[in-house]
Amino acid sequence: MTLMKERPDVACAHHCHCIKINGLSVTFGDEKVLDDVSLHMHCGELTVLIGPNGAGKTTLLRALLGEIPHEGKIEFTETKTGKDKSLRIGYVPQSLNIEREIPMTVYDLFASFISRYPIWFPKSKKLYNTIKEQLKIFSVEDIIDKQVGKLSGGQLQRVMLSIALTPMPDLLILDEPVSGIDENGVRDFYQLVNEMKSKNNLSILLVSHDLDLVRKYADKVVLLDKKILCRGTPEQVYEDSSFRRIFGGKTV
Amino acid sequence: MTGLDFLSYEFMRNALLAILVSSPIFALLGTMVVNKKMAFFSDAIGHSALCGIAVGVIFGFTSRTLSMVVFAVLFSILLNFVKDRTTYGADTIISVFASVAMSLGLVLLSRGGSFNRYSSYLIGDILSITREEVISLTVCLVLVIIFWAISYNGLSSDNLNRALARSKGINGKLYDYIFSAFIAVVIMFSIRWIGILLINSLIILPAASSRNVSHNTRSYHLFSVVFSLLCGVAGLLISYYTSVPSGPTIVLLLGCTFFITFVIHSLNKD
Repeated sequence: MTLMKERPDVACAHHCHCIKINGLSVTFGDEKVLDDVSLHMHCGELTVLIGPNGAGKTTLLRALLGEIPHEGKIEFTETKTGKDKSLRIGYVPQSLNIEREIPMTVYDLFASFISRYPIWFPKSKKLYNTIKEQLKIFSVEDIIDKQVGKLSGGQLQRVMLSIALTPMPDLLILDEPVSGIDENGVRDFYQLVNEMKSKNNLSILLVSHDLDLVRKYADKVVLLDKKILCRGTPEQVYEDSSFRRIFGGKTV
Repeated sequence: MTGLDFLSYEFMRNALLAILVSSPIFALLGTMVVNKKMAFFSDAIGHSALCGIAVGVIFGFTSRTLSMVVFAVLFSILLNFVKDRTTYGADTIISVFASVAMSLGLVLLSRGGSFNRYSSYLIGDILSITREEVISLTVCLVLVIIFWAISYNGLSSDNLNRALARSKGINGKLYDYIFSAFIAVVIMFSIRWIGILLINSLIILPAASSRNVSHNTRSYHLFSVVFSLLCGVAGLLISYYTSVPSGPTIVLLLGCTFFITFVIHSLNKD
């Protein structure tokens, strides 16, 4: 079994780092979808990306993941040593393409992302235990043999979170994770993210629509509409005129 | 009569070997074809075979299988490429390509009214299979198993979410192209004995039946292979003793398997 390059320790739990996105632009055809976006993210910080539909939030995430071509630079520096390193990104997508009846257990799903050991081979004991340990972080280790199509929205969310944290990333990107779960689920989710952030000293970038919960949990808010309109603490951004213009009277 | 008297014929031994070797190939590839909802895609590649034969005849390739394989691989790559770059539904694009390839094949091969020579490609003839063809199928099986061991995780994770797979360093697109090319090659090597009209059933039915009774990836593969082998061998024997064509017999048995597993699945539903 070859587990994709495991780190000897939870490195970013102990070292502080800084992720700098400088002048990121994306063009589709003639249209500039993202224009000169610059962002700095520090460890232990939850940065939330908000903006109207079509603002380019998902495009920004996809550019960071290297899925679409873009201009600009992404730098990752360890503050202590001042050294540049390659950035490891953990990602939690909006949804997975699974149907109720798909013959696939949580073990299969998890293993297909983190290991090269074929999931149609007899289960690897070592891999099974690794996955179980990772699921334990979110207290869902008992669903490891359950069929993925039969999980609740909240359970699947936790499985995806633990996949994103295996191996421990430097930056965790969460794409509108609220869809498909109920209001309590959303609250739980924010609490989990918050715990994770402080426990692992992670930098987290989250795309969100829930302005109330953003106010409660975000360290930094970035309002995006093709370019960055304003940024700062939730209070600062929620007071800004551009925020009022886009979200109107909502929640404020 | 020993019950095994059919083995005294060389053509029956070859036919049996061909089935034993190709059934697992179809069963394995089928699991992912069904998961990825590519049934129509593999059907289109089967249909393009006619065009491949025609191209081979025109350019005077001595080995028809070779020209079919080269053509099918190019066709599958082109199909994938266009599919990724269009806003039409994939099914529409696939349909357009398959129709054109098939018609082109029919037109080219019927010049001078001689299509009858090629009609065996439509329904196939397992009893005419040669030792050399059995050997090529065996090579196919080995390659498919190696490919499957290396790339199944990648194919599966890419199918679940391409961006997530990418964040884990998995190049899903590449696997996708190789997978399609493999389907194309396997179809071309098998079309001689099963025929263009039925080839897709051999890919889809074992996996679809297995899906009815499986909960994890391992049993999904296991049942798919078992169904494919059992129906293949049983179909060949039935056709030998009753003088009905073997291809359709095998497909009928697979169809029955699907309905039986479907009922089992419905009864077990919570």
